[in-house]
Amino acid sequence: MSASVLFSRGRVIDPRNQIDGVRDVLVRDGKVAAVSEAPLQIPDAEVVDARGHWVLPGFIDLHVHLREPGEEGKETILTGCRAAVAGGFTAVVAMPNTKVVNDSALVTELVLARARAARLCHVYPAGAITKGLKGEELAEMGELLSAGCVCVTDDGRPVMSASLMRRALQYSTRFDVPVMVHEEDLTLSGKGAMTEGPTATRLGLAPIPSSAEIVMVARDLVLLEESGGRLHIAHLSCEGSVRLVREAKKRGLRVTAEATPHHFTLDDTAVGPYDTHSKMNPPLRLRRDVEALREALVDGTIDAIATDHAPHGVLDKQVEFEKGLNGVVGLETALGLTLALVHEGLLSPRQAVALLTDGPARAFGLPGGHLAAGAPADVTLVDPEVEWAVDAERFFSKSRNTPFNGRLLKGRVTQTWVGGRLVFADGQIKESR
Amino acid sequence: MRHLLGIEGWRREEIETLLDRAEAHLPGGSAQSSVLQGKVVANLFFEDSTRTRTSFEMAAKMLGAQVLNWTAQGSSVSKGETLLDTVRNIEATGPVALVIRHRSSGAPHLVAQHVRCAVINAGDGTHEHPSQALLDAFTLRRHWGRLDGRTVLIVGDILHSRVARSNILCLTALGARVVACGPPTLLPVGLRELGADVTTDLDAALPKADAVMCLRLQLERQTESFFPSTREFSRLFGLTAARTERMKPEALVMHPGPINRGVELAPAVADGARSVILEQVANGVAVRRAILEVCS
Repeated sequence: MSASVLFSRGRVIDPRNQIDGVRDVLVRDGKVAAVSEAPLQIPDAEVVDARGHWVLPGFIDLHVHLREPGEEGKETILTGCRAAVAGGFTAVVAMPNTKVVNDSALVTELVLARARAARLCHVYPAGAITKGLKGEELAEMGELLSAGCVCVTDDGRPVMSASLMRRALQYSTRFDVPVMVHEEDLTLSGKGAMTEGPTATRLGLAPIPSSAEIVMVARDLVLLEESGGRLHIAHLSCEGSVRLVREAKKRGLRVTAEATPHHFTLDDTAVGPYDTHSKMNPPLRLRRDVEALREALVDGTIDAIATDHAPHGVLDKQVEFEKGLNGVVGLETALGLTLALVHEGLLSPRQAVALLTDGPARAFGLPGGHLAAGAPADVTLVDPEVEWAVDAERFFSKSRNTPFNGRLLKGRVTQTWVGGRLVFADGQIKESR
Repeated sequence: MRHLLGIEGWRREEIETLLDRAEAHLPGGSAQSSVLQGKVVANLFFEDSTRTRTSFEMAAKMLGAQVLNWTAQGSSVSKGETLLDTVRNIEATGPVALVIRHRSSGAPHLVAQHVRCAVINAGDGTHEHPSQALLDAFTLRRHWGRLDGRTVLIVGDILHSRVARSNILCLTALGARVVACGPPTLLPVGLRELGADVTTDLDAALPKADAVMCLRLQLERQTESFFPSTREFSRLFGLTAARTERMKPEALVMHPGPINRGVELAPAVADGARSVILEQVANGVAVRRAILEVCS
């Protein structure tokens, strides 16, 4: 492989640098070397004919569960990275709720070593806020960050103690690192299995009220204002939470938020009749919540689209609904579901791309997310016109738990480049280990 | 029809056809008694039951079937066997129908996706109890002829009641008006979408009802603070002898059982002239014979 690659005549959409038009992009030695309106002639470069394609900064997913170490039957760092690059993601943030919790440098280093061995995309570990995710005492934030964690989170569980959450935010100001929160008041969600509403009543499933999320968002915004720090709210799902975040941003609080494709695409009716593939936490909400999330994607209240990619085995889902584990895989359907909002006329292509690139990069202060000279040569090529049907059997992820199997999507990743190296092309992973 | 998973989705004519068929299964009726001769019906009760299990068992035997009675107690469920494994193993012994009672809403739906024989929902979690609703409608129909224009008041813990859900769907499909009454904490959102009117004032609702169906109050709900005490619940929502004086002279009293005597229903009312509670039980056998005949 030559050290230089020229992406020729594609439509470059680079929101951070305000580019949307046909350009040539030259990458060299793992970095972007030049972006040019005029065609470039580079004799030693490998030329990628990108006509008719979008040439985008590689996508960044702030929220994935790679399951390793501990639940390698569901996913490994290698298979998760394959799913990522197949979905156009060149960087993912790996949640710490593995079966050995990432609350120490030892686990962080293991994740990084496995990711290096996979040699597919960047994996940024997230460290736990509390030891063992127990919500009792702080994990060693300084050690986790120096080992390579990019944020701290107890994702999968809330930090129920307001006092501990306040300390976590206070303490985090020493490092200026995002504290990512899973907002759920466990006393309100209780044994609930789906969102409260007519569908839950009809199916006789224990309801989870929206207030379970909203009161925690409200609490943490109050704590943020008092303590300082950076708050990142994971998988925002309710109209009421959107309103609080929008207002907090207006007042200048350092809060960022993400939304998942499933929450901005599906409402609670997707659960009927007892489809555990539509069971996740937070649960699918009501139509008005879906509409509120879509508005929030448009007006910038939500910074990033994140998948909350949560692989589970068949046996975790082929059970009574209330026993079914929460979560869906999302890496390989995220682009198509995001572009659906473009095809509906809700988002501009530039907004959609920003939510997958610049938005998440800024929220966590990560490299990449744009294509200016000097940026990492993480590039995703998309054919925006191709129509395809989701086939879970063909996922690169080890797991198949998706509510979108069979759905027709328009727009698909054709190539993914990480650090100037081709890692995915035409449906194939390009592994070089 | 093959499965009976719930009343949801049933049209009025389908319900009426089944109830007509049940008439023929009443004692002295014209129905054939040997349609299940040589066949096996499996009763799978993952949750305790007296009435429903014995009623299905009797119905199956009266149709000539052998009955396999399986209960979760003493089974491999305690060893961690999954629902689907348990059911597939029982299916392998060759029953024509599985009658399933389970504490999880939707469990019969899951089973129905993975077996070839008929699945009959004998009560799933807080979802549906279709055979109960059908026997309740049958009982009312025998008293009234038609349900059109009648008002049935369902009182108590609507939130956790599969009997309430199935009855709202079944009785409204047959033309009745259903009013759900209980403390606000036990009235789920979206009852109107199911077809019921909602009230929290029993005394105001009683004079308009043609039948009052009291639901069993699960006593453990008190510890979850859905209401302060059974004493206060009885005060506000218990059908006492004094309250029955507010009822229409001909209005009926129903209960799916088992009764907490003195909590949701006073003993004198349960055993009084308005009560059709034992008729419900007797009719249950005929209705379940009709269900087994149609499903198997």
